[in-house]
Amino acid sequence: MNLDFSIIKPYFNLFLVGAFVTVKITALAVLMGIVIGLFVGMGKLSHFWPIRILCGAYVEVIRGTPLLVQIFIFYFGLPQILGVNIPEYPAAVMALGINSGGYVAEIIRGGILAVEKGQMEAARSLGMSHNQAMRYIILPQAFKKMIPPLGNEFVTLLKNSSLATTIGFSELTRAGQIVAGNTYKPFEPYFTVAAFYLVMTLGFSRLLGILERRLAVSD
Amino acid sequence: MIEVRELQKNFGRLEVLKGITNKVERGEVVVVIGPSGSGKSTFLRCLNLLEKPTSGEVYIEGKNLMDPKTDVNKLRQDVGMVFQHFNLFPHKRVIENITLAPMKVKGESPQEARERAMQLLNRVGLADKAQSYPAQLSGGQKQRVAIARALAMNPKIMLFDEPTSALDPEMIKEVLDVMKDLARDGMTMVVVTHEMGFAREVGHRVIFMDEGKILEEGKPEDIYNRPQHPRTKDFLSKIL
Repeated sequence: MNLDFSIIKPYFNLFLVGAFVTVKITALAVLMGIVIGLFVGMGKLSHFWPIRILCGAYVEVIRGTPLLVQIFIFYFGLPQILGVNIPEYPAAVMALGINSGGYVAEIIRGGILAVEKGQMEAARSLGMSHNQAMRYIILPQAFKKMIPPLGNEFVTLLKNSSLATTIGFSELTRAGQIVAGNTYKPFEPYFTVAAFYLVMTLGFSRLLGILERRLAVSD
Repeated sequence: MIEVRELQKNFGRLEVLKGITNKVERGEVVVVIGPSGSGKSTFLRCLNLLEKPTSGEVYIEGKNLMDPKTDVNKLRQDVGMVFQHFNLFPHKRVIENITLAPMKVKGESPQEARERAMQLLNRVGLADKAQSYPAQLSGGQKQRVAIARALAMNPKIMLFDEPTSALDPEMIKEVLDVMKDLARDGMTMVVVTHEMGFAREVGHRVIFMDEGKILEEGKPEDIYNRPQHPRTKDFLSKIL
């Protein structure tokens, strides 16, 4: 055994900053994913078939292709078409957000479908419009059912953000690469990176558990 | 108040309603009975367009429901509905269940809606449950809240779709008492139920439906004591 974790110490700030950047792009991608997912998920339930087909196609394409390839298309492919370079940061956020949107859409659709049919009927029978019923009755209940799968999705997203290193974006995993390169010792830095990810996902799961318990008061 | 002409409803190839024609007067309490699958719930649900009729005409206070220009949301404010499975909003407190629609649909102020809701809760004997969540109530209590919720919109007509069928026997009376009170108050009611006591006590007319048609109708005592149609006789002999 020739493990020496003291080599991490001089680079600790690098890991911290990397972790911060990872949280930042994940948070932005999550936000994007929720907005896209809300529209696409509801779109898949639309009574208007072109919207339904379009949203269905979105989900299939996102789920049916590797995230890594999607990131490459964004970062390397799009500039060829648009004629302008997209910097790593927005490219990574967009690719992750658009990818997450596809999965979130399915979670949202599932959550809405899991709300009992009678809820919509009761709301409509009171004179509420479809949109009012969605907003006040269906979505709040659906949201509660979505929390556990959404939590999974965001943990996955946090870990998947490490793929952004492939386009040279500096986040947590990249910090590990740099330290491994500098020290010629790969185990300690990558082990540290893994520990950082674990701390973040555990913390996130904890937050989610609190939220879930808060929302369970009416059960 | 309600007029239905040649109402038909198909679900795919299945004909559930095969031409219903009937009229309900203001203040009338009509009880609809019939075997399961006879179309009685579908008939009721066509009266507030929870089901869209395949053909025929439905008029509520002279307004044609089938006319695309009719504002369905507006119309539903005048037609309250109570469901077999209550369908209370589980994420809202009892008081919020009642005040939500008056505030969001009619634009009542929170104070106005709250006062009216407390009146209604008093009327159904549940004022002390205002801050509870539906999950904390018994079935009978849930259904009474559901009635209060429908009444909060000040409907002119109340539809009841088997309101006591999902209740434990000891809770049926408390719900029927509220409904009887409402009937005596002059509410126009269409009630799908097998509760004969209710029909005899406050019902003006009983309609017997079978296989998507009205086979027989008349005063409760006539239908229950002297049914004319063999199917009515057969049905009543099974439920009595």
